[in-house]
Amino acid sequence: MANLGESILQVDNLVKHFPITRGILFKKKVGAVKAVDGVSFELHKGETLGIVGESGCGKSTLAKLLMRLEHPTAGRATLHGKDIFKMSGSELRRLRRNVQMVMQDPYTSLNPRMTVGDIIGEPFEIHPEVAPRGDRERKVQELLELVGLSPEHINRYPHQFSGGQRQRIGIARALALKPEVIVCDEPVSALDVSIQAQVVNLLESLQNELQLSYIFIAHDLSVVRHISDRVGVMYLGKIVEIGTEDEIYNRPTHPYTQALLSAVPVPDPMAREHREIIRLEGDVPSPADPPSGCRFRTRCWKAQEKCALEEPLLIRRAVEPHPSACHFAELRHVVA
Amino acid sequence: MTDIHVETERVQGHHLLEVKDLFVEFHTRDGVARVINGVSYHLDPGETLAVLGESGSGKSVTAQAIMGILDMPPAKIPKGQILYNGEDLLKMPEDKRRDIRGQQISMIFQDALSALNPVFSVGWQISETLRTRMGMSKADAMKRAVELMDQVKIPAAKARLKDYPHQFSGGMRQRVMIAMSLAMDPKVLIADEPTTALDVTVQAQIMDLLADLRRDLNMGMILITHDLGVVADVADRIAVMYAGRIIEHADVRALYKQPAHPYTKGLLESIPRLDDKGTVLKTIKGLPPNLMRLPTGCKYHPRCPYTQPICVSDEPRSLNLGNGRTSACHFAKEMLSGELG
Repeated sequence: MANLGESILQVDNLVKHFPITRGILFKKKVGAVKAVDGVSFELHKGETLGIVGESGCGKSTLAKLLMRLEHPTAGRATLHGKDIFKMSGSELRRLRRNVQMVMQDPYTSLNPRMTVGDIIGEPFEIHPEVAPRGDRERKVQELLELVGLSPEHINRYPHQFSGGQRQRIGIARALALKPEVIVCDEPVSALDVSIQAQVVNLLESLQNELQLSYIFIAHDLSVVRHISDRVGVMYLGKIVEIGTEDEIYNRPTHPYTQALLSAVPVPDPMAREHREIIRLEGDVPSPADPPSGCRFRTRCWKAQEKCALEEPLLIRRAVEPHPSACHFAELRHVVA
Repeated sequence: MTDIHVETERVQGHHLLEVKDLFVEFHTRDGVARVINGVSYHLDPGETLAVLGESGSGKSVTAQAIMGILDMPPAKIPKGQILYNGEDLLKMPEDKRRDIRGQQISMIFQDALSALNPVFSVGWQISETLRTRMGMSKADAMKRAVELMDQVKIPAAKARLKDYPHQFSGGMRQRVMIAMSLAMDPKVLIADEPTTALDVTVQAQIMDLLADLRRDLNMGMILITHDLGVVADVADRIAVMYAGRIIEHADVRALYKQPAHPYTKGLLESIPRLDDKGTVLKTIKGLPPNLMRLPTGCKYHPRCPYTQPICVSDEPRSLNLGNGRTSACHFAKEMLSGELG
């Protein structure tokens, strides 16, 4: 269904390195944290692209780049054919309207001194063309209703709401300017299970209603599977495998994807005996000093000499039509 | 074999650890929050009991009461017993209780970085209890610390003894904390969300380690978590908490097969599953109750899809369903037989 939509966002070889400096007065660059190191993908209208990966893999830096909160070291990202990093003036204002973000922590991402009405209405102050002044209160009430909150709560403060309700406020704020793309950075990971499902359902119904495109960044692979049409798996600043939800979860070919999927606990005690967990040794290497060749090779059970010498590209492999960055890509079923 | 096991227990007449009808309340400026409202559970050597609940359900407070690390005031324990080998910890003089804390009952926490002291080396921190509690010499304690670090599979333990917590990764820090908690050979290990802050691949490593240690050292383990997946992987029995009560207690397999309480059923249905892409997630409506103003009758009735008048008026007792299974629902039998839902 999603593949039918036009491609609205293209990300091409995006790179973000943060310099490591030494010295106080005369700062000298001694290295770089390669947070995002050559990421490419496309986002279509009305689809959800899930980005999964462990902490430190660069998924949140990627979100900041797409929001143009960080400037890339190299590469480009185009929205409707225009490079977002070259925009300025009215074009940039339109971009800021068009791409919105929902943050992880509903406790710190809302200003405690502002009423809900002010929080959700603030985008209209900056972009008055969306809603004329006299119309704002009604707009805010509509938004509250849209995300399942009572319009009468417009004068309440964030502390009067629970975590799940606050996340709804954050979503209403993101929707205020009628964006096309919403970047969701771990939007449900701070919520309890029973509340998480409510917010996931809300995001899905809003998508259908408003034809939104989501970039859904999360570490919870089950949630990502549930909400995503396509999924990209990140490891140390690179996408190692990308494909439809079905391809990634049912026919993964990259060993990291396979290990990641196999390690997710399945809520079924009967699966305990026959579940085969691929155990990775050690931790993720530092992004300041990633391994040569394939970045996953230090933890990979398949690693050979070639992996250290030659970096595998994210291309279609013989075994499967979806791209995988492994020299020795092979199918393996890991999800029961 | 199980029969013999049960028999020896009866002769001794008590469990390794037993919480009996425990109540905890917090006295605050705004009123009294009733956090624990009659919790009972028990633990035997070598088994894993999972205590599952959402934030505010009281799962961590119960553990803190067992450890004796609740701040009193504001906390108050108006009623209840915590029996360790048949002795009530709550009636014990503080110095005796101190001997049990850490030596017999030990605890690991969710956030290893804030649980470790940043200005001392990990070797020093692991060996601290050995020096102060067991009177070991500095050199002996350090030697034992290396053994403990080996036991929790920290690579190159000897070389890392002098390293500080910030030099370790999240998973390794959690291992350091496990090593610390094992220093005194505890009989009970309470693990409070031990892997919540960790990535899935590291989580699998730590859960494996805990399972191995529990088996090798024949410890009883209380695993406090909100993750139904982790519970299914490692626990023997499970106690589900809601608003300060255990609303269902069962063997893990039995519970996942057929929950006997609407809340458990709701929880199981509301998690997205890796092995199944559903369409719309089922949800539990509403929010967990405010502990200052608990609802009448069953604490879950405002959110329950099966609420009847009796649920609003009468608080359900914990109903025994056989095989150690209990459910605090007026319609537990109907839930279990599948007549409801």
